[in-house]
Amino acid sequence: MAAESLLKVQAVETYYGNIRALAGVDVDVNKGEIVSLIGANGAGKSTLMMTICGSPQARSGQVIFDGEDITRLPTHLIARRRIAQSPEGRRIFPRMTVYENLQMGAGLDNLKYFNEDVEKIFTLFPRLKERQMQRGGTLSGGEQQMLSIGRALMARPKLLLLDEPSLGLAPLIVKGIFEAIKKLNQEEGLTVFLVEQNAFAALKLSDRAYVMVNGKVTMSGSGKELLANPEVRAAYLEGGRH
Amino acid sequence: MTASTETGHPNVLAKAVREGVFAGVVAFLMFLLFVGIETYQDINNALVWRTRWGLLAIFVLVAAVSRFLSVGFIKPHIDRRKLAKAKSGVLEISEQKSFFHRHFLKIALVFLLVYPFLSLLIVGKQGSLKYVDNFGIQILIYVMLAWGLNIVVGLAGLLDLGYVAFYAVGAYSYALLSSYFGFSFWLLLPMSGILAALWGIILGFPVLRLRGDYLAIVTLAFGEIIRLVLINWTDVTKGTFGISGIAKASFFGIWSFDAGTTNNFVKAWGLSASSVYYKVFLFYVILALCMLTAYVTIRLRRMPIGRAWEALREDEIACRSLGINTVTTKLTAFATGAMFGGFAGSFFATRQGFVSPESFVFLESAVILAIVVLGGMGSLTGIAIAAVVMVGGTEVLREMSFLKVVFGPDFTPELYRMLLFGLAMIIVMLFKPRGFVGSREPTAFLKERRAVSGSFTKEGHG
Repeated sequence: MAAESLLKVQAVETYYGNIRALAGVDVDVNKGEIVSLIGANGAGKSTLMMTICGSPQARSGQVIFDGEDITRLPTHLIARRRIAQSPEGRRIFPRMTVYENLQMGAGLDNLKYFNEDVEKIFTLFPRLKERQMQRGGTLSGGEQQMLSIGRALMARPKLLLLDEPSLGLAPLIVKGIFEAIKKLNQEEGLTVFLVEQNAFAALKLSDRAYVMVNGKVTMSGSGKELLANPEVRAAYLEGGRH
Repeated sequence: MTASTETGHPNVLAKAVREGVFAGVVAFLMFLLFVGIETYQDINNALVWRTRWGLLAIFVLVAAVSRFLSVGFIKPHIDRRKLAKAKSGVLEISEQKSFFHRHFLKIALVFLLVYPFLSLLIVGKQGSLKYVDNFGIQILIYVMLAWGLNIVVGLAGLLDLGYVAFYAVGAYSYALLSSYFGFSFWLLLPMSGILAALWGIILGFPVLRLRGDYLAIVTLAFGEIIRLVLINWTDVTKGTFGISGIAKASFFGIWSFDAGTTNNFVKAWGLSASSVYYKVFLFYVILALCMLTAYVTIRLRRMPIGRAWEALREDEIACRSLGINTVTTKLTAFATGAMFGGFAGSFFATRQGFVSPESFVFLESAVILAIVVLGGMGSLTGIAIAAVVMVGGTEVLREMSFLKVVFGPDFTPELYRMLLFGLAMIIVMLFKPRGFVGSREPTAFLKERRAVSGSFTKEGHG
C-alpha cells in the first residue's frame, strides 16, 4: 500500500546566527508510522525538531505538513495544526497541578472532549491519575515525562514529536514510556516522530529511522535494517547498549 | 544535633551569649553614626553635632538581647516543635481549622460592609472622616491597585515597574475630561479604564519580546515618560500645578454631593451637613470596584486566558508549543491590569478633587509592587492583607505621637514609613519567602478539592 505522507522535510537548512546547524535535511514521516532520528550530541536532532515547530525557522528548504507548507508559520499556529510536541527537558508547568497541565494541553477547540481525553491519558499513565492534584514540579523525572507526553496528547495530535523522552530516566521507566508510545501507535494509529540518544530502544520501536551526523542525514532505513547495520552498531549501539 | 537542641544546654547558652555579644558589637558599629551622633543647626545657623549615647545604648541592648534570646531559647524551641511534628507525621494542613480561619473571607467582607457605620457609631461623624477616608478608602485604593498589578506580575509573570503610569492615565483621563467637557464620573469611570487599557496595549507592543529584568527596565521608563509628559505638557495638564477642582462623583446622577445644588444628598435626606456622607459613599464605590477586580481575576483564572497567563509565567516556550499565542496573551494581561489601574486612577481623582504628577512617582509603583510581592504573587487574600498592613501601618504611624516621648519632641513618626516597609519586607521574606500566602490555589479539579500540602512543594518552586 502506498504510504500517505504526513510530514515532509525538504532540503531544510537552519542557522543559529552564522552557524549552520542543519545542512539540507530531508526527512519523511508517513501516516501511522513511528519514525526515529538518532545521532550523537550536537548532530542537529533537536534543531530539526524545533525547526519543524518553527522556532528557529528554516532559512531555506520546506517543511510540509499534511499538504500545507508550514515553514514560515509562527510556532503557535503550527501547534494548532495538531503537531504536538513533548519538548526536550519536558518543560511541564512546575507550579500548576498535573490536572491543570493536562488542561493546558487541550486547545480551545478540544475542550469539549476534555473529560474523555483526560480519562484516556490516566488509563495510559495510571501514575498521573494518582498524582493529579500534585504540582508538576514535584513529580519525579519519569512522571514529568509522562505528563509531558500526556499534555501533548491532549491536543489530539495528528503528529506527535518526542524529543529525547528517555533523557535522564532509569531503563525500566524508559521501557514503560516506549511501551506506551507503541500502544498509542498501534491502537490509535498515532504518527510519532522521535528524537533519541538511546539508539537501541528507539530503533527497536521504530518502523523507520534516520541517522544524523553534523547536520546531515547520513543513513536511513527500517528500524531492523539499521539495528543490523555494522556502522550504526559501531557508532551508536556497542557500548551504549541498555 | 541531639545535644544542641536541648534548651539550657551549656553549649547552646554559650553560643547564645557569643552571638548576642556579636550582635551587640555589629549594632554598635552600625548605629554609631546614624543614632549615636546627631547633627543640628544652632542659633547661628552653623551645623554642630551632639551625641545620643543613651539612645545608642538602647539600640545595642535590643539587638544583643534579642539575638541572645533567639539563639538560646526561641530557635531550640521551634526546632523541637518541628521535630515533634515530623515524628508524629501530621501534615501542617489539617482538617480542623479554626472557625475564623475557615470563614475568614466572609467575615472580612461583612466587616468591610459595616465598617463605615461601625466607625460612625463609635467615633461619630467628625472622627469617622479619618477612619473612613484615611484608613478605609486609602487602603482599598491600594488593594485595588495591587490586585490589578497582580494580574500582570502575579499571574502572567511580567515584572512591571511602571504600573503607576496606568493609575496616572486613569486619574488624568477623569480630571481632564471632566473639567474640559463636564462628563460625569459614572461615564468617565469606564472610559478611564478603557484609555488605560489602550495605553497598556501601546506599552505592551514594543516590549513583548522582553522578559524579566529587561522588561522591568522598559516599564520603569514608561512610567517615567508618562509622568514627564504630565509635567511638561503644561497647556493641557497645567504641569506641576496639577488640576484642581475636579468634580465629585454623584450618587448615580440621582443625588449630588456638591453643596448648594437642588438635589443635594444631605438636603434630600434631611441630614445635617457633613462631608462624611460623601466619604462613606466613596468607601462603598471603591469597595465595589475592589470586588469587581477580585471577581474578574477569579473568573479569568478559571478561563482559558487566565490559565494561559499562568502557564506563560511558568514556561513561555512550552506555551508556544501548545498553540498559545504568547503575543496576545501578554497583551491581554497588560491591558487587563492597566484597566484596573485606570479605574483606580479615576476614583483617586474624584476622591482627591486634585491631581498632580507628584502623586504618580516611581515610589508608588514600588509600593504597589512591594504589596504584591509581600502578599504572595497571585494570592488575592495575601495581597489584601499586605495592603492593610503596609498602607494601614503607615497611617497608624501618624497616630503614634507617644513615640515623641522616647525619641524627643522633633520626632515625626510618619517619616519612618519607608523603614516600616523595609522591615516588613525583610521579616516576611525571611520567614515566608513566597509572601504571606505563597501557595497557589489550583483552579481545576477532577472530582473533589484536596488541599495541596505545602510540604509537597519545594521552597521557591511552589
